[in-house]
Amino acid sequence: MKPRPSDSVISVEHVSKDFLLPHEKTNSIKGAFVGMYKKHSKTHEVQHALHDINLEVKKGEFFGIVGRNGSGKSTLLKILAGIYQPTEGSVRTIGKLVPFIELGVGFNPELTGRENVYLNGAMLGFARKEIDAMYDDIVAFAELERFMDQKLKNYSSGMQVRLAFSMATRAEADMLLVDEVLAVGDADFQRKCFEYFRQLKKNNKTVIFVSHDMGAIREYCDRGVLIEGSKIILSGKANQIADEYTRLFIPSDKHENAQRSKERVGNGKLRFVGVEFPRRVTAADKHITIVLNIQSKDSVPAGTRIGFKLSDPMDRPLMGTNNELAGEYTRAMKSGDKYELTYRFENLLNEGKYSLEVLAESADGEIYDWWVGAAACVVYKEKRTGYPVEPAISLKMKKI
Amino acid sequence: MKKRYSYSIILLRELVRTDFKLRYQSSVLGYMWSLLRPLMLFTILYFIFVHFAGTIKGIHAPAVYLLLGIVLWNYFVEVTSGSVAAIVSKGDLLRKINFPKYVVIVAGSFGALINLGLNAIVIGFFMFLNHVPLTAHALLIIPLVAELFIVALGAAFLLSALFVKFRDVSYIWEIAMQAGFYLTPILYVITILPVKVSKILILNPLAQIIQDARHALVTTNTQTIAQLYPGKPWVWAVPVGIVLAIAVVGGLYFRKRSKSFAEEV
Repeated sequence: MKPRPSDSVISVEHVSKDFLLPHEKTNSIKGAFVGMYKKHSKTHEVQHALHDINLEVKKGEFFGIVGRNGSGKSTLLKILAGIYQPTEGSVRTIGKLVPFIELGVGFNPELTGRENVYLNGAMLGFARKEIDAMYDDIVAFAELERFMDQKLKNYSSGMQVRLAFSMATRAEADMLLVDEVLAVGDADFQRKCFEYFRQLKKNNKTVIFVSHDMGAIREYCDRGVLIEGSKIILSGKANQIADEYTRLFIPSDKHENAQRSKERVGNGKLRFVGVEFPRRVTAADKHITIVLNIQSKDSVPAGTRIGFKLSDPMDRPLMGTNNELAGEYTRAMKSGDKYELTYRFENLLNEGKYSLEVLAESADGEIYDWWVGAAACVVYKEKRTGYPVEPAISLKMKKI
Repeated sequence: MKKRYSYSIILLRELVRTDFKLRYQSSVLGYMWSLLRPLMLFTILYFIFVHFAGTIKGIHAPAVYLLLGIVLWNYFVEVTSGSVAAIVSKGDLLRKINFPKYVVIVAGSFGALINLGLNAIVIGFFMFLNHVPLTAHALLIIPLVAELFIVALGAAFLLSALFVKFRDVSYIWEIAMQAGFYLTPILYVITILPVKVSKILILNPLAQIIQDARHALVTTNTQTIAQLYPGKPWVWAVPVGIVLAIAVVGGLYFRKRSKSFAEEV
């Protein structure tokens, strides 16, 4: 991949980055002396954070960088921002580049909101005059008119984020490096963020966007790269990148047992002997089925509750039920008796990894078997929105 | 390149402004402390060393003489001691944004310079009280302050960059400043020492600067490097050479190391 200097505004050539991780950090002169004597013993280990990275970004492109935690994408972002120096290779950028690795860089809690606007502005490279011109706009967008002369430490965290974000969005730059941290916060804030991204795209800004959110990658990015194990494993259209990224999370068979959690408690009078849950779900699957097999090891009274709880990719409980809620009751069981429960629900799940927790308990709450992380599934959908749109929701519209 | 330079200026202004604002925040007397602090220290030292110990004698205006020494020395301490941890304490910032690191050190240096300017007012006031005449000779203070500015800044660059790797620097420098305070003729007139000793001590740039400043502003009745080495004006090149050496070594070392600060702090 030879960069064409004519239209690329960022070009990264053969960039590698190694970190020397000392086994015992030499932070004193004595340490340095001791280190000199022990030259032959290995005192540090080399961590290859990035290996031979090549990429080019053209003017006006929305470029995504995706990868799992620890894959090296943050290191790449920091090299692009000039915070880290590459061990090998070169990075060339043309134009003013503003990095948003974090919001509100340099914010000082002891200063007022107004003073922080000027300070943060200076960190981003804006002179007082330039800030003067955009000040009212920044304040209005943050909706903090009444608070600008208060110290930042008296702001709620939401107010701080609003001010910082307002600063960030008013920054006039040719190129922006945006880390996903921008998209954290409450729903209202996220809406503003995505509004901002849409605007950036409309204004043909060059944006490098790092995210775990494949929905955002699909929606905003033109092209991107997927980084895995310090290397670019795929470079191409945003949809391809997002597909491949999601595939990284589909467990392979040999890892299946490792995927199952050992977090399991209970007295064992009843035990789950089989938990069937699809490992991979696509839009083609209209329904999702969970089959729970339970076997008694002891005699247990009637009225056992057997149920599940499904957690979404953010580990928030999403749905769950048990036989009692569904109006089915078990009879008294003696050792060796089995029950099979089949739950079925419409595939309303959005893209991501979901984990299943199962529980069997007596009517008065005696826990027989409680298994957190009994199974997990990866949902994989081509079209992604902030909310499920499948299965089809009917609409009738007429002018009245 | 030009853009980078204007970025530095913008940042420098804002950092100096911020430091100045924050310095005496939530103290009742605020900026007054810039004046009160050296004044109180001076009062204590004045009674001990001028009245009781008598190490400052034979001088027309011992109060101004002592105060000037303390103020200049304090400037040097403020810049250097303040800079030791300056880079490390900005670690969080360094990992988030790429900015010219030297600005942090230069900003600290300018902050102290503002302080020095405020103290100059107090000195002027004392000169007036003690009927010390202000002559054209006093203009020599400008190159002397420039020399002080350069040596303090150079040392600040060196110390702050070293501290990133070796945290011992802060302890060493603390001791060095204590020793330096007594090795520099601040609390005593240099004539109470044997000539041989004073000839060596005056080669220390701080001693040279303070003595020359006193000579320019307070009284010609004090021993400067010119009087300790009569007829040998080239000796002046020794302290000036030390100043330049510190500035060059400090500046170059800082520049070389600053690229990897973000990874190391």
